[in-house]
Amino acid sequence: MNPEVGGIGASGMDWEALAVSLRLAGWTAIILLPLALLLARALAFHRVPGKGVIEALVAAPLMLPPTVLGFYLLTLFAGGAPLGRAWAAVFGHPLAFSFSGLLAASLVFNLPFAAQPMQRAFESLPPDVREAAWVSGLAPWAAFWRIELPLAWPGIASAFALTFAHTMGEFGVVLMVGGSIPGQTRTLALAIYDRMQAFDYRAAGAMSAALLAVSIVAIALVQGLSRRVGRRNG
Amino acid sequence: MAERGLSVRLAQAGPIPLDAALACAPGEVLGIVGPSGAGKTTLLRAIAGLCRVDTGRVVVDEAVWFDSALGLDVAPHRRAVGLVFQEHALFPHLTAMGNVATALTHRPRAERPIRAAELLRRVHLEGLEDRKPAELSGGQRQRVAIARALARDPKVLLLDEPFSAVDRRTRTRLHAEIAELRDGLSVPMLLVTHDIDEVVRLADRIALLDRGEVRLEGATSQVLESPLARELVWGETAALASRND
Repeated sequence: MNPEVGGIGASGMDWEALAVSLRLAGWTAIILLPLALLLARALAFHRVPGKGVIEALVAAPLMLPPTVLGFYLLTLFAGGAPLGRAWAAVFGHPLAFSFSGLLAASLVFNLPFAAQPMQRAFESLPPDVREAAWVSGLAPWAAFWRIELPLAWPGIASAFALTFAHTMGEFGVVLMVGGSIPGQTRTLALAIYDRMQAFDYRAAGAMSAALLAVSIVAIALVQGLSRRVGRRNG
Repeated sequence: MAERGLSVRLAQAGPIPLDAALACAPGEVLGIVGPSGAGKTTLLRAIAGLCRVDTGRVVVDEAVWFDSALGLDVAPHRRAVGLVFQEHALFPHLTAMGNVATALTHRPRAERPIRAAELLRRVHLEGLEDRKPAELSGGQRQRVAIARALARDPKVLLLDEPFSAVDRRTRTRLHAEIAELRDGLSVPMLLVTHDIDEVVRLADRIALLDRGEVRLEGATSQVLESPLARELVWGETAALASRND
C-alpha cells in the first residue's frame, strides 16, 4: 500500500494541508505584525482621531461570526467587486478562492490577535520611562528601538504566537473565502472537517492532535511572556 | 546682552495655569517650592521640552530652546537637559551601567563605558554596575537616576522631587551626597521639592510658586520666613513630612 497518496501520510495526516496552514500562518504573522505594531503603538501613545471607532473595528473580528466575516470578504474579493476586479487585472488571477485571497482574509481576521497584545504592552510602559529616554538624548526613533521595543517585546511575541495559532485553527472564514482547494486553500482545519465527513476518524484524530499541540505551545508561550511582562513592569 | 545660565519665561492658561519668569546662574541651585498643583513639575517639564506651553521663552547659555514668538521649540533629545524624575524612571531592562550609558550617545562609543563607570563611582555605586533597577534599593535607584542625568553633560540640571520616593534616612544621606556633587557642577540647577530641610540644605535661592506664578523669590531663609511661605508651604510640608515618616 502506498503510504502517501495526494499528500496524505500513513498516519492519515494531510501533509499538503499542513503545509498550506503553515504557509498561511507564517505569511500572516510576517505581514501583519509590522502593520499591527504601528497601529498598536499609535493607539497606545498618540491622540488618534476616532480612536474608539478604530479600536472597535480592530476588535470586530473577535465578535463577528466567522461566516459573516467570510461572506463580506468574499463579496469584496469577488470578480464583480472593484477590489476583486482590480486584483484580477493586476495579477491575472481572481482573489477569491486563491491563496492570496486566503492570506488577505487572514490579515483581516487576525488583526485583533496581533494588535491588542501589542497595544496593551505599549500602554503598560510608564510614560516617564519614555520621557527619560528623550531627555537622555535619544531621538524618538532611537527611543523606540532601545527602550520601547525591548520593553514591549513580550507583547509582540504574544501577538506573533496568537496570530500564528489562530490562523492555524481558523475554519469559517477560510472555508468561505478559500473554498478548500487541495494544495492551495485547503488548510489543516478544513482537512479535519473533510475527513470527519468521510468517517475517517483516524486521520481526523491525527490532524486534530497536531493542531492541539500548536495551540498548547502558543498558549504556554503567551502565558509565559505575560508573566514576564508583569514581573518586569511590576 | 549675553545671557549666561538659565532664563525662563513661560505662560499658559491651562490645564495647569502658568505665568512664571525665573533665572538661574551657572552653579546655582534654585529651589522651587509651593503648594501641590502650583505648576512646579509643569515648569520643569516645559524647560525639558516634555510639554509645550502657550507662550514664553527658554534660553540656556545663549541657546534658545523655546521661543513661542519665533515658533521655535527644540525637541527634548536636543536640549542637553539632565532631569531626575520623582519615581526614578530608570529603564527596567537595562543594568545601572546600561541606564547611564544610554545618556552618553553624544560621546564617542569607546568613551561611554569608561564615563558611565566613572559617574556610577561618583554616586557611590561601584560594584553595582551590572544590577538592574529591580535589584537595587530605592536610594540606589535614585543614585543611578542622578548619574544618568549627569551623563547627558547637561547645560541645566532639573530635579523633580528627587528624594520623595525614599525613606528619611536615605534622603538625609542623599542630601549630603548631592551637596558634595553640586560643588563640582557649573550648570544651573532647579530643585522642585516639598521638603523644607532639603531646600535649606541644597538651595542657594528659592522661588515660591503659587497657581503658576512666582510669588516670592530670594535668599532661602528670607523666603521661608515670609508670612506667604508660612501660609503656602509650611502647612503642606508638615503634613507631607508626617506622612513620609
